[in-house]
Amino acid sequence: MDTDRERHRARETAFYLFTQQSLPACKPVLTPGWVIAIFLFMGVIFIPVGLVTLRASHCVVEIVDRYDIDCVPEPSRMDKVSYIQDDSIPKNCSRFMKVHKYMKAPIYIYYQLDNYYQNHRRYVKSRSDKQLLDGQKYHDTSSCQPVESNNNRPIVPCGLIAWSLFNDTFEFIREGAELKVNRKNIAWKSDRSHKFGKNVYPFNFQNGTLIGGGKLNPEIPLSDQEDLIVWMRTSALPSFRKLYGRIEEDLDVDDVVVVNLMNNYNTYSFGGKKKLALSTSSWLGGKNDFLGHACVFAGCSSLTLAIIFMLLHVKYRRPYGDMSYLPWNRKSFSG
Amino acid sequence: MVAASSRKRKGKIRWSKLYSFAACFRPLTSKERLAARELIGQPGFSRVVFCNEPHLHKRKPYKYPYNYISTTKYNVLTFLPRALFEQFRRVANFYFLLAAIFSLFSLAPFSRASLIAPLVFVVGISMLKEAVEDWHRFLQDLDVNNRTVKTHISNGVFVDKLWKELRVGDVVKVNKGEYFPSDLLLLSSGNEDGVCYVETMNLDGETNLKIKRCLEASLCLNEDEEFSKFKATVHCEDPNPNLYTFVGNIEFGKESYPLSPSQLLLRDSKLRNTDYIYGVVIFSGHDTKAVRNSTRSPSKRSRIERKMDHIIYILFSMLVLVSLVSSFGSLLYLRQDMVDWWYLQLPDDNKVNDLDDSNSEKYDDRFFNPSKPVQSAGLQFIRALILYGYLIPISLYVSIEVVKVLQTMLINKDIELYDDVTCKSVQARTSNLNEELGQVEMILSDKTGTLTCNQMEFRKCSIAGVSYGGDITEVDLAASMRMNADFEPFEFSIDETDGATRSFEPFEFSVSSFSAQNGNARLTKTEGPVIKGFNFRDDRLTNENWIHGSNLFDITMFFRVMALCHTGIPLEDDNHKTDKLSYEAESPEEVSFLIASQEFGFQFCRRTQSLMVLREFDPSSMKEVEREYKLLNLLEFSSSRKRMSVIVSNEDGQIFLLCKGADSIIFDRLADNGRAYEQATTMHLSSYAEDGLRTLAFAYRTIEAAEYESWNTIFTQAKATIGPEREELLEQASETIEKDLILLGVVAVEDKLQKGVPECIDKLAQAGLKIWLLTGDKRETAINIGFACSLLRQDMKQFHLSLSRDAESNNQVKDMKEDILQQIESSYKMVCEERNKEAPFGLVIDGKALEIALRGDVKDEFLQLAVNCASVICCRVSPKQKALITRLVKQYTGKTTLAIGDGANDVGMIQEADIGVGISGMEGMQAVMASDFSLPQFRFLERLLIVHGHWCYQRISKMVLYFVYKNVAFGLTLFYYELYTSFSGEVLYDDWYMTMFNVMLTSLPVIALGVLEQDVSSDICLQFPALYQQGPRNVHFSWSRIIGWILNGVVSSLVIFLANIYILSPTAMRENGFVADIDSLGATTYTCIIWTVNCQIALITSHFTWIQHLSIWGSILLWYIFLLVYGALPPNFSGNAFQVLVEGIGPAPLYWMITVLVVVVSLLPYFIHIVIQRSYFPMDDHIIQEMEQCYKKYDVRDNEMWVREQRNSQRSTRIGFSARVDAKILSFNQQLQQKKLSIYRSVTNSPIYRSITTSPFS
Repeated sequence: MDTDRERHRARETAFYLFTQQSLPACKPVLTPGWVIAIFLFMGVIFIPVGLVTLRASHCVVEIVDRYDIDCVPEPSRMDKVSYIQDDSIPKNCSRFMKVHKYMKAPIYIYYQLDNYYQNHRRYVKSRSDKQLLDGQKYHDTSSCQPVESNNNRPIVPCGLIAWSLFNDTFEFIREGAELKVNRKNIAWKSDRSHKFGKNVYPFNFQNGTLIGGGKLNPEIPLSDQEDLIVWMRTSALPSFRKLYGRIEEDLDVDDVVVVNLMNNYNTYSFGGKKKLALSTSSWLGGKNDFLGHACVFAGCSSLTLAIIFMLLHVKYRRPYGDMSYLPWNRKSFSG
Repeated sequence: MVAASSRKRKGKIRWSKLYSFAACFRPLTSKERLAARELIGQPGFSRVVFCNEPHLHKRKPYKYPYNYISTTKYNVLTFLPRALFEQFRRVANFYFLLAAIFSLFSLAPFSRASLIAPLVFVVGISMLKEAVEDWHRFLQDLDVNNRTVKTHISNGVFVDKLWKELRVGDVVKVNKGEYFPSDLLLLSSGNEDGVCYVETMNLDGETNLKIKRCLEASLCLNEDEEFSKFKATVHCEDPNPNLYTFVGNIEFGKESYPLSPSQLLLRDSKLRNTDYIYGVVIFSGHDTKAVRNSTRSPSKRSRIERKMDHIIYILFSMLVLVSLVSSFGSLLYLRQDMVDWWYLQLPDDNKVNDLDDSNSEKYDDRFFNPSKPVQSAGLQFIRALILYGYLIPISLYVSIEVVKVLQTMLINKDIELYDDVTCKSVQARTSNLNEELGQVEMILSDKTGTLTCNQMEFRKCSIAGVSYGGDITEVDLAASMRMNADFEPFEFSIDETDGATRSFEPFEFSVSSFSAQNGNARLTKTEGPVIKGFNFRDDRLTNENWIHGSNLFDITMFFRVMALCHTGIPLEDDNHKTDKLSYEAESPEEVSFLIASQEFGFQFCRRTQSLMVLREFDPSSMKEVEREYKLLNLLEFSSSRKRMSVIVSNEDGQIFLLCKGADSIIFDRLADNGRAYEQATTMHLSSYAEDGLRTLAFAYRTIEAAEYESWNTIFTQAKATIGPEREELLEQASETIEKDLILLGVVAVEDKLQKGVPECIDKLAQAGLKIWLLTGDKRETAINIGFACSLLRQDMKQFHLSLSRDAESNNQVKDMKEDILQQIESSYKMVCEERNKEAPFGLVIDGKALEIALRGDVKDEFLQLAVNCASVICCRVSPKQKALITRLVKQYTGKTTLAIGDGANDVGMIQEADIGVGISGMEGMQAVMASDFSLPQFRFLERLLIVHGHWCYQRISKMVLYFVYKNVAFGLTLFYYELYTSFSGEVLYDDWYMTMFNVMLTSLPVIALGVLEQDVSSDICLQFPALYQQGPRNVHFSWSRIIGWILNGVVSSLVIFLANIYILSPTAMRENGFVADIDSLGATTYTCIIWTVNCQIALITSHFTWIQHLSIWGSILLWYIFLLVYGALPPNFSGNAFQVLVEGIGPAPLYWMITVLVVVVSLLPYFIHIVIQRSYFPMDDHIIQEMEQCYKKYDVRDNEMWVREQRNSQRSTRIGFSARVDAKILSFNQQLQQKKLSIYRSVTNSPIYRSITTSPFS
């Protein structure tokens, strides 16, 4: 008796059930009811979510100003490239941005570059993370080609990305008073503390022949060079924004912000655009309606589908488990 | 063990004293002898063997191979190169090999490890599997090679020697029950006349024993000592695969004697009924005819796998296409724009001066060289080929291997496929063909050992016009039961209406009487001990009740024929516990007769050369008496005579001729006064035949002494004649005495089917499978079995294709071809004409006709006819023909064939078929060794195909399709991203994400799907065998499905990619103003992919156990865990993915919302598709799932509707038990209709009826 019971118990064990392929299983069958319920549910979820995100997006105030053409003086516009490459010409330029809606601090300052392939493979690979962290202690800078060394000393920081650092600068003046721009904490904290060395100084950066982009203050360690850190988080797409700083004062409607900028960066040789964007943020980030529209669209189509299936179900109802659809009951079935 | 004990038991029997009726080998005619002699020494006939001098065969030119046999594919040296070669013959593997090689030269966009590791893993696992399989083969070889045999060393001493050490020329002694180690020349045997009996079942499947006879000259060599000085030289043919020919001569002493096949003992056959033989090794090892006959087992691939190759090609062309686009795009950018992108510092001819000298010298970025744009584009092309390699599912092969091994394990472990009797279970010997089991359309089956147990049972007899042993067949019973069930409700509804329903009553009565009778029969069945070979229950005959019968004399004579007319002998049992004897005879039929006659009280107890002793039950004294019968003559059985007779005289000196034989032969030879029971007997005969019983008619005649004397002189003369005319004379002599017989009756023996065979065939037929029977047995037997298995039935139109003569000259061949062609054409015409009608067709063809029918120009017609017949039976076919038929059917119909057999004669067929199945219950492992699956019994085929085959087919096809989907969905996002990076080859995802994709993040759910998915449970599979048709019709793996899944992948990838780039850029993705960089976008997109592909598999799965849940949701969870852990590693290792989840995307609500949105939207098209399909174009499994759900609530599986549907699903069956029952019902109904009509007529004609109808009151 006992052995019987034990055997029985052994049979019941999970492994036995597994080998006999008779594990307890849930076998969901898609019934019309479920289908309609799922579609309805999706509609009910997505439409409000979409509306909420749209609202969040609409709350964001954004001012964008393209300045790359206007900041080149009229006479030089025929040959912008030589203008930008001529160090003797002062590059300062003033832009006026009108606030059309109340902007609550913090207001994020972005520069936007278009048609700039920061995601080019050659470009992306041309950096040395180890050097950024350890500085000259790390000698192997072969990954930084072609901007690798200067006078047989490795450039710190090496590589194309650092070398092409964006170097336009912006100053904001409202009603004669300078707006305070906070340029701290614009990069990831982990980047600052773990990826860029605290004792690494760009002592020989950009002092060679061809000057690419911005220069760095050799006195400041890389971990505090937030512009560089932001720049070195390469963008995914050829049109991108990067954080420049934060204005920590509210801007009122009809305020006019004067931007004094240094138009140093060369986007002219490849026809790239430069823009300046001031934007507040919501819990969802910046102004982007796409998510909201997509959600509303998905919700609406789900609802529509729910209705369509409901109608179809009412009109051409196939009884649940209808045998007449079985092959042997179907007339056309042969064989 | 068994062999040893039986040897002991039968020790005292001298088998040479046995009369044999097996056809002996015809002695060679002098002409043939001359022809053979001329051949010796010619090319092809140049072998020289020095008997008893094996040392002479150590040097050339007489160096022949050892008797070592190897069936392994590889050896230690060749394994690595050959196995690697096999692996890289797969296109996908070769591609990944190239990718790995390129990765060594910095061409690849990924790290080396991420390319090489998966390849090594995949190839390693496959090779490991090969190695293990080959190791098993090696062990089996070792087992065979290490068997021992007594071999002569010198001076008449015989010692045990391993088989593998035998050499040509060795003299060996083989004992009873042992296999011959190689092809031997029979020198002498333990019998004085130099005869030995050989069982060749492993070679040709024939179960009867064959007689081999040594030369007169070597007869004296029957002691060990004789061989000390024995020397002889054999000249014979070279090794060849022909089992039935042997040409040679032996120079022994100073004479030369010709040799014939009857002196050749073939490897793999077995010595039976002979104590020992001496033989000399003629062919050894791979030269033996048996080994020459076996072909190396081909590696089989399933249909799905072959189609998978085509899918891989499609994906390859996609790969090449997008790579071309990429490289072309890169070329355009490089030519026009890229030089202007100063931030890339590309060397430009114009600006080269601007560059630092050292920089321009060092410049070596071959991918972006503006001065050589085409070369750069070419390199980009190669890089793109590797980059988009994720379109090719590398892990598909390894996943499939893993899944198949697990499936195999589940098949092997299935308790329902375990045979308690033999303690064996089904073994899937290769894992390649699991899903092929679900697509079988045609089963080619061997008979003996597969369908039948090779055991005869005495079932019924008809004596003096009375049939004994029950009338009802199972078919009748089932038909009546079902009709009862059908009629009950019907009857009830019309019962009260009017009296006309009374006409049902006779029918009802008959049905119930059927059941009553059968109930009784069942009752008696359970009583008494089961006697092997005797399955006869009829109280009128058993327990000596026959003495109350009316025709006592005829009954007694009948039993005497049964007890005397045979060649068997009783076994002298050592322990006389019972007075029952057991018998040994040349055919199992005779044994069953002897057992039966013993049961009836006519025990055959002794036999000497001229005397047979019966212990008879004497009805007058009611006691057992021993009577002696003098055996005067024995007229042997032969396949042309189809009868055997004995002439005996009893103690009173009366001379009887007792004869048994095929009914047609006996009926032709009846005396006018001997036909008293002919009519009744004929009726019984046909009913026996319909049940698939083998029948023999019994007859006798009394001979006057004078007539006997005169005949005997003629007969002895004929016997003494030497030469070709001997046979003819004997035949004439027999004819003169075997006439004017008096018919006694017939017996019916059952070639016992294995357990569950009819039911299994029935189920398989319901599943839409065609079953062909290929047997080496003779036609009558084959047809009997056809009936017994319900492959044939009475209302079937049968076509018999046969030839009467052997083909001897070319002219005749031509005539025969015409003949056969004509037969085929006329049959086919009939098929075409009557196709619409219900009656199915059966085709019976024998080996000779088949030989012609399978020749070039006739075969198409033949196959056309055969395919249109519901069942096909081929009898007297050779192993080669079996294989040939299998191949032709496979080629002609293009359908998946399964061959099942148990003996070495089936090996060819098993290897040729798409799936070979061996029966492992019997002895002899050749079939099993060659097979892909081995079953202990035929009946397990049902579950193997209908349940496991169906499941595996569904699983593998779902799995492959999902794999394609998953890799397309993932791979294409890589391509889309290229469009945004100016085709520079940058990858959106971290290397490690990508490596993880196939290895961990998506592999487990798909393996769980492949192992555990079930559309319906196993019971329901068996209840609705018609579901199986999904496989042969290939609904789950059709091209439309494949394309659909690829499109689904394209849609998913588009949705995922576009949604991500539009939502995440260019504005901030978090409240703190951070924008998404390449790593955040990569991680987010990748998250969406992981979610989408895992949710997709959840949509496919219809059977969720905890394993599926764990694997699907666990995989998603694993991705987050991985991201967390990877992000927490120091940045030296994790690079830009450092803290990506914690700091980059995790805190952003956008990230989580994108995931939800993208998953829902990308799955929406597929979801809509399945909703529409389920609602409006449901497939069979969908409906059955729903039905199951419906009825599960009420737990009424035997619900009326359920049963009805089950029966409806069987409707289209044309063969099998159910079909037979259907046919029976039809005929019952017709009878009923007639009865009704006649009753109606009688009623309407009756005056009362007339008066009623004409009366105004009605």
